[in-house]
Amino acid sequence: MSASSDVGCHAQRQARWHYGEAAFWLIVLACGFAFPTRYLIMTDILRLALFAMSLDLVLGYAGIVSLGHAAFFGVGAYAAGLLALHGIINEPVLALVVAGLVAMVLGFATSFLVIRGVDLTRLMVTLGIALLLEALAERFSNITGGTDGLQGIEMQPIFGEIPFDMFGKTGFFYSLAVLFLLFLFARRVVHSPFGLSLRAIKNNPLRAAAIGIPVNRRLIAIYTLAAFYAGIAGALFTQTTAIASLDVFAFERSADLMLVLVIGGTGYLYGGLVGAVLFRMLQELFSTITPQYWQFWIGLVLVVIVLVGRQRLHRWVLYVPNLVIRQIAGRKAVVAVPENDA
Amino acid sequence: MTSILTNLFDGVAYGMLLFVLACGLAVTLGLMNFVNLAHGAFAMAGGYVCMVLVNRMGWPFFAALPLAFVSSAAIGIVLERTLYRHLYARSHLDQVLFTIGLTFMSVAAVDYIQGSSRVFINLPAALQGQFDVFGVGIGRYRLMIIVICGLLTIGLQMVLAKTRFGSRLRAAVDDPRAASGLGINVPQVFAFTFAFGCGLAGLGGALSAEILGLDPYFPLKFMIYFLIVVTVGGSSSITGPFLASLLLGIGDVAGKYYVPKMGPFVIYTMMIVILIWRPNGLFGRTATR
Repeated sequence: MSASSDVGCHAQRQARWHYGEAAFWLIVLACGFAFPTRYLIMTDILRLALFAMSLDLVLGYAGIVSLGHAAFFGVGAYAAGLLALHGIINEPVLALVVAGLVAMVLGFATSFLVIRGVDLTRLMVTLGIALLLEALAERFSNITGGTDGLQGIEMQPIFGEIPFDMFGKTGFFYSLAVLFLLFLFARRVVHSPFGLSLRAIKNNPLRAAAIGIPVNRRLIAIYTLAAFYAGIAGALFTQTTAIASLDVFAFERSADLMLVLVIGGTGYLYGGLVGAVLFRMLQELFSTITPQYWQFWIGLVLVVIVLVGRQRLHRWVLYVPNLVIRQIAGRKAVVAVPENDA
Repeated sequence: MTSILTNLFDGVAYGMLLFVLACGLAVTLGLMNFVNLAHGAFAMAGGYVCMVLVNRMGWPFFAALPLAFVSSAAIGIVLERTLYRHLYARSHLDQVLFTIGLTFMSVAAVDYIQGSSRVFINLPAALQGQFDVFGVGIGRYRLMIIVICGLLTIGLQMVLAKTRFGSRLRAAVDDPRAASGLGINVPQVFAFTFAFGCGLAGLGGALSAEILGLDPYFPLKFMIYFLIVVTVGGSSSITGPFLASLLLGIGDVAGKYYVPKMGPFVIYTMMIVILIWRPNGLFGRTATR
C-alpha cells in the first residue's frame, strides 16, 4: 500500500461521523426546548461559537495568529444592520449571506497583507486593520451612527414567514440552523485534501511548499473563508439583537475570542463550540462575583491556562470522559487530544 | 510657519516619549523573540507609583521619577524570574495569550485600587506653561521630556556601543546560541535587560501622564503604538525604534492637527503601508527570525 493511500484511509476514517458528534448536536437542539427562558444567552453562545469556529479555521488549522478577527465580525454586523435599516434587503437569510460576502471581500483584500511577514507582523497587521475599521466607523458617523451605533433596526420575518419574537426563540433556532450548516461545510473543508494541506502548512510551511502545496494561495483561501464565517457571526449578532455599535470592532472582542478558542482547544472544530459554552459560563460566574472586575479573573484564567500548558490541560479534562468511553466502547473510541497544538 | 515648527516640536517630544516607553519592548523582542503585549502595564505601574508619591505623599516630581523607574524594574524582574522565563521556548500564540491575560489583570487591578478615571500628576510650577523662541511656542514640560529622553537615548547608545555589557547584549541579540557558546550568560543578560526595559517603561509612564493621559486602560490603548514602534523600527538595534518613534510621534501630532477628522486613521494607514513595503520593518535586518 502506498503512502498516499495510507493518508487517504486515515483521513477518511477521521472524517466519518461519530456517535458522539450526533449526540452533541442533539443535546444542543434539546437545550433549545429544555430552557425556554434562556434563549438570549444561548443565542449569544451560538454566535460566539460560530465566531470561534471562524478563528479556529485560521488559527487552529492554518496557524495564522490573528489579533483582529473582530474586524470581519464588525463588518458583517454593520453590513447586516445597514441592509435591514435602509430596507435594501429585507429577507434576513439573504441579508445574512450578503453581509458574510461583504466580510469575505474584505478578508480576501486583507489576506494579501496577512500572508506576508512573520508572526509579529501578522499580529500587527490584523490588529491594525481592526483598529482602522473602528476608526473609520467612528469617522463616518453619518452612516454608522458613530458611538451611538445603529438604532431602530427592525428585522423582517425569515423567508417572509417566521417572525422574530421578543423572547428570542426564533433567533435561537435561526442561529442554530446557521451554525449547523456552516459547521457541516467547515467539517467538509477541514477533512478534505485542502484541509490536510493546511495542516501541513501550519506544521512547516517550508516543507509544505517543498512537496508542492501552493502555500500562499491556500492561506488566502482559508483566510477569506474564515472572514466569511466571522461576517456571518457578526450579521447574526445584529439580526438577533437589533443593534450594531462600535464595540463590535473592539480589541477585547478579538482577545476574548482567543480565550474561547484556547479554553475549547484549537485545531478541531468542536473546540470553538465547547469553548464558547465554557467561556460564557465563566463570564457569568465572574460577573456575578465581581460585576466590575470580571476582566481580572478572565485574565487570570488565560495566564493559568498558558502556564499549565494547553495540551496538558486538555488531557486532564478528557481523562475522566476517556475512562468512561474506554469502559464502554473500547480503546479506539477514545477522544484524542489534537496533536501539535498551535 | 511657526505652527509647523510648534507641531514639529510637539511631535518630537511625543516621539521621544514613545521611544522611552517602547525601547524595552524592542529589546525583549529582539533578544528572546518574545511577544510581550503586557509592556504597557509596566508603564502604567510606573505612572501610578509616581502619581501616588507626588499627589498623596507630597514628594517632589523629580524625586518620584527615579522611583517610578525602580518600582517598574522591580516588578519586571520579579515577573521575569517567576513567570516569563517559562515561556521563552513556547509558541507565539502562547506568549500572546499569556501577556494579554496579564494586561487584563493589570487593567482590572488598577481599576480596583485607584478607580477608573484619568489621573493627573501635580507638576511643579517650573514645568508649566510655555515660552516663545522666535515666535515658536515651546512647552516647558515637553522641552523637559525632550531633554530627559534625549539624554537617555544617548546614554543607552553609549552603553550598547562602548561597554562590555553592551557588547554581550548585542552578541546575544545577534545569535543567542553562539553567544552562550562563548560563555555569555544569556538568561542573565536577558533578565537584566528585561528589568531595565520595564524600568524605562515605568519612567515613560510617569512622564506620559501629562501628555498621553493615565488611566487603567493605558496598556490596551497604547499597546498598538508600542507595537508599531517595534515592528516598524525593527528590533535589531535601538536606532531603528528611535527613528520609528520620532516618525510616529511627528506623524500622529501632524495628523491630529491638520486632518483632525481622520483621527488615528493616519498612523494606522502609515503602519500598514510600511509593513507591506518592508515586512521586517523600515530599519530591520532581513533576517527570517
